[in-house]
Amino acid sequence: MSFELLEKFRDPELCRKILDKMRSELDGELRFMEVCGTHTVAIFQSGLRSLLPEEVVHLSGPGCPVCVTHESEVNAFLDLAEKDNVILATFGDLMRVPGHNSRNLKKAQADGARIKVVYSPFDTLKLAKENPDDIVVFIGVGFETTAPTIAGTMKMARQQGITNLRVLCFHKTVPTALEALLTDSMTSIDGFILPGHVSAIIGIEPYKFIAEKYGKSAVVAGFEPLDILQSLNQMIEWRNKGEAHVANNYTRIVSDTGNAKAREVMYEVFEPVDALWRGIGEIPGSGLEIRPEWDQFDAKKEFGITIEEGPALPGCKCGDILKGIKQPDQCPLFKKACTPANPVGPCMVSTEGSCAAYYKYKLD
Amino acid sequence: MSDKVLLDYGSGGRASQRLISDLFLEHLGNDELNRLNDAAELAMTGRLAMSTDSFVVDPIFFPGGNIGSLAVHGTVNDVAMMGAIPRHITCAYILEEGLPMDDLEQIVKAMGEAARHAGVTIVSGDTKVVPKGAVDKIFINTTGIGDIIVDPAPSGDAAKPGDAVLISGTIGDHGLTILGTREGLDFEAKVESDSASLNHLLVKLVQELPEVHVLRDPTRGGLATTLNEITTSSNVCCELVENSMPIRPEVKGGCSILGLDPLYLANEGKFLCILPQEHADKALEIMRNDPLGKDACQIGTMTDANPGKVVLETPLGGKRLLNMLEGEQLPRIC
Repeated sequence: MSFELLEKFRDPELCRKILDKMRSELDGELRFMEVCGTHTVAIFQSGLRSLLPEEVVHLSGPGCPVCVTHESEVNAFLDLAEKDNVILATFGDLMRVPGHNSRNLKKAQADGARIKVVYSPFDTLKLAKENPDDIVVFIGVGFETTAPTIAGTMKMARQQGITNLRVLCFHKTVPTALEALLTDSMTSIDGFILPGHVSAIIGIEPYKFIAEKYGKSAVVAGFEPLDILQSLNQMIEWRNKGEAHVANNYTRIVSDTGNAKAREVMYEVFEPVDALWRGIGEIPGSGLEIRPEWDQFDAKKEFGITIEEGPALPGCKCGDILKGIKQPDQCPLFKKACTPANPVGPCMVSTEGSCAAYYKYKLD
Repeated sequence: MSDKVLLDYGSGGRASQRLISDLFLEHLGNDELNRLNDAAELAMTGRLAMSTDSFVVDPIFFPGGNIGSLAVHGTVNDVAMMGAIPRHITCAYILEEGLPMDDLEQIVKAMGEAARHAGVTIVSGDTKVVPKGAVDKIFINTTGIGDIIVDPAPSGDAAKPGDAVLISGTIGDHGLTILGTREGLDFEAKVESDSASLNHLLVKLVQELPEVHVLRDPTRGGLATTLNEITTSSNVCCELVENSMPIRPEVKGGCSILGLDPLYLANEGKFLCILPQEHADKALEIMRNDPLGKDACQIGTMTDANPGKVVLETPLGGKRLLNMLEGEQLPRIC
């Protein structure tokens, strides 16, 4: 998409018109949750948050893959970093995620651990070839957006006969988490802004239960202000009519049926499994695990890693924040013990975490 | 000489002497440096500005310059931001064993040209060679000294509510160029570092407008970080208008692809000028009359609304905080 065309989705005049319309049509509070870190940042960065009517309450859900990575998963890769024959490959966002005893990968690196920040999982193929005497472990964190690329990397590694690459698979899937939020009695969510990139893979079918089973609306939206405003306005209109729908407003990128080829690759290598989410706990069927046919790449099998619920980080309210029960500035640690330079919880670490976005963009 | 830098060249012996006379003096030489004394003898009195900076940029060659020209521009600019005429600089090299001699020559040559253009003499230098892997190709430290010509000198704690915030040109060019080159990204439209010595323009500006409160070059951390430093030191609020930011479309496009914010990208040939609003038009006129300031414009105002904070008015009319850069976004940018 051309840059000029994209600018149209930022048109201030059109945005103002929709905001006015929203104000006139709003009947009571609308609590909406976005479940994608890119939306979190877009809502703040564009200044949209300061322009939304007071009755439109913005909640940031479990949409940042770093934020939902469980403490015990963090501890598992921190333990791996200490092994002599291991080179850890990771996306940069994981470098400062704190585990117990305020360990993190940056500190591990300073202590001599070999950690390589990669921009694409495919970079690990070269890394593995260049270090034949070591085991290169890629930390597989992310949703349906990244899982197919990692599956593709594993397929390529098999084709190329690479035997020293492993994947530490902590992938999670979005729709199952949304259902867990909707069944949680503590949460109060009127509608979802659905993630653009994840939906490009899975399409809109897996979200249909939101309207059918729970009577809430959900809209797949792009990341420009107009995309988000239009989607919110639509949810207000539906609610006024007593309706609930799941719709795709991001048709310039997302097809209703998603990307079948990517899903095929993803499920050829991975299978659904119960998974632990930070702050939420275990959600049945919400994770992806490496299938037995691919276990030559499985870092959990190689190093005997098991993931179990352990004690939460004391004082950290990331769990309640991810569920939309608390806002970041309602956490007692926010801006005090917990800052981007010295994060306690993962929502402050990731640039797309809701606490980091509050810290960076929100005017007091 | 060998076609690669050898450990011998940092020994202080004959090999070192050859490197100094055949390479460094050839490109950087002047009466003072040529004396090869242990220290330079300078005749300077009065209020002086002095600054030091180390340059470790990766890659060492990039569109618009190299580590050598950057090492001169960076220090010359830091001295000039004090309302000073930069006079002399020193340079110290730490070279990695095996560095191609051609690369070193290109870098030293660029330093000589940059120094002549800025009107500074390189009066003292040092070279060390360390074993392969101990540094990444070449690190350069430069220290500069100059005469302050205004009283009081511009200072980061001198911004006042009611001041205009001006920028001398487009932002983000250097940072995006370095990142793009490092990652081997081939942008459709050409981006180039803005690395340049700003001293001639700055001297003209402070001579004609001694009312300037703050001069600062938004290098590492970019415009956002520099303005946060100023609002903190001066205890004022900076209110910026996002639509008024001069950013090249190709930089905007590149940042959009890479998920970067140009307001946090380093600049090496731009300065912020903060002065009473009534002098803003005159300052812009002076800046725009110089090729290095042709895109100068006002981007905001200092107020007393939120002391210590930078607030950005977005194109939608919303307001948000523009906070300081946390940690490393782009390592080793200058």
